[in-house]
Amino acid sequence: MAERVEEPIKYDSLPNFPAEGFPGTDMGATRVPRDSPIRTTPLPPQTWFQRREALLIGSSGVAVFFIAWQAVASARIWSPLFLPGPVDVWQAFLELVNDGELATDIAVSGQEFVIGYALAALVGIPCGLLFGWYPRLRYVFDPFITFFYATPRIVLIPLFIIWLGIGVESKIAVIYLGAVFAILINTMAGVRSLDASLLRVARSFGAGDLHIFRTIALPGSVPFILTGLRLGTGHALIGVVVAEYVAAQHGLGRMMMIAGSTFQSSKVFVGLFLIASAGLLLTYGLQRIERHFDAWRPQR
Amino acid sequence: MKLQARDVVIHHRRQRYGDMLLAVDGVTFDIADGEFVAIVGPSGCGKTTFLNAVDGLLPLTSGSLTLDGRQIDRPGHDRAMVFQQPSLLPWRTVTGNVMYGVELLRIPNEEARGRAKRFVDLVGLEGFAESYPLELSGGMQQRVNLARALAVDPEVLLLDEPFAALDAQTRETMQQELLRIWNQTRKTAVFITHDIVEAVYLADRVIVFTARPGRVKEIVRVDIPRPRDLRVKREPGFVEIERRIWESIREESARDGLAATA
Ligand SMILES: Nc1ncnc2c1ncn2[C@@H]1O[C@H](COP(=O)(O)OP(=O)(O)OP(=O)(O)O)[C@@H](O)[C@H]1O
Ligand SMILES: [Mg+2]
Repeated sequence: MAERVEEPIKYDSLPNFPAEGFPGTDMGATRVPRDSPIRTTPLPPQTWFQRREALLIGSSGVAVFFIAWQAVASARIWSPLFLPGPVDVWQAFLELVNDGELATDIAVSGQEFVIGYALAALVGIPCGLLFGWYPRLRYVFDPFITFFYATPRIVLIPLFIIWLGIGVESKIAVIYLGAVFAILINTMAGVRSLDASLLRVARSFGAGDLHIFRTIALPGSVPFILTGLRLGTGHALIGVVVAEYVAAQHGLGRMMMIAGSTFQSSKVFVGLFLIASAGLLLTYGLQRIERHFDAWRPQR
Repeated sequence: MKLQARDVVIHHRRQRYGDMLLAVDGVTFDIADGEFVAIVGPSGCGKTTFLNAVDGLLPLTSGSLTLDGRQIDRPGHDRAMVFQQPSLLPWRTVTGNVMYGVELLRIPNEEARGRAKRFVDLVGLEGFAESYPLELSGGMQQRVNLARALAVDPEVLLLDEPFAALDAQTRETMQQELLRIWNQTRKTAVFITHDIVEAVYLADRVIVFTARPGRVKEIVRVDIPRPRDLRVKREPGFVEIERRIWESIREESARDGLAATA
């Protein structure tokens, strides 16, 4: 091991003491045992199975479920109109694809979702940060936030249809209102639960409000913001389907509604799976982002 | 004189009780440039309160605190605090945390980085520069806390029981480490502690506070030559100073009805 050489610290920009130390004084005297040099050993390699454990076990569970479902459906205890099997659902899906109807429905629903949800995030996150940071702003808006969050916003659909018609606009409004409060309230909670000792550190080092906001408030509330975004996707997807149930020209919700009222249960299942996949995909994406921001948490 | 405290009086606003609690009541003393001063006193006597005021985090009720003749009324780059809790940003690496104060100095990023790196090395954390605080031991976190304050190159270093949470061995190592670093920089330092041995070992002078409200009860000069080896803690001269301070604090704790816990 190389002996640690002790040199005086050199401050480069603020030289208020001689860099070469203090000749004649008791400079650099104590010799301190340093931490032993870090020694590391590589992790043992993981087997193929260990690396894919979660995926393998998870997909086996799903496979078992589908096989059981198909078995029950094939036993024909109930008519396929009542309980279709996975194969029926798959065939219905292919049929819908060939019709060309499905692509339009997905496009319309997807457009409604993306616009409504993006608006909710664009409004919810900044407002949540501001309301969390400035109590006076929060006092102003709190009654409204509480009122809307406590109300199932679905009940506003008739109003939106009157105001915005039965096109995509009324759906976007419902989706937006569904998601925005979950995002806003969680973001706000994130700012309000910041570690007071970190704020004190920042102030002690002379950080201004804006700098504290950027270096402490924002990164400190990221986990809360992501939770809000995840809850928001749920609310937003409900918004898509229910708003289209009520009145729509296109969309997955409308497709499911019509299929249901004409006893085409396989098509209802197709819609169900498509919406569930959208939910899964979004959750997965947000988890990836979460893991990126959580790199500092020790892994289990 | 570097730091002057004149009749410093500080109250704490207690919303819940609807009153103002007198925490520090007329503290007066001077600290010379490059001096290492320790403050000891019974628990709750206002040491942290006083230090926060020196850092500019708390307003005075009356009296004055000056640094190089200028009133202290807000935090500034001429002072840096080592907090009792490490208080590190969990989402920043060791280097990132040491950078925190340096970033606010408005120096070029490259230079700030270099400086942070030098102080990470100085406190013996080379090899952990890219670790996150939650991956460090308590003692290592406390070193980051120390490096963060040193890196801004303050005129006065304020330390609030920085080693209180550490075990006895780590604490002694950190004391030596602190003296080694202080020897190289000779910053004016104000060090709060409960540990009388620590105070005597580190300081040029030990200021004993009375029980709340805090006042200066006694100032004890420590005439032990530097460099100080850990062995000085066993020498008669050292033990005598330690005993004198101990008596002084005991008296105060008894007055405060804390004798049983002191
Ligand atoms: N934020 C606060 N609000 C109200 N009272 C406070 C506050 N902080 C401290 N005090 C009171 O001020 C007095 C002095 O507190 P301080 O923290 O300065 O004591 P201390 O000497 O640092 O004690 P210790 O050695 O136990 O850390 C205590 O009685 C405490 O109750
Ligand atoms: Mg204290």
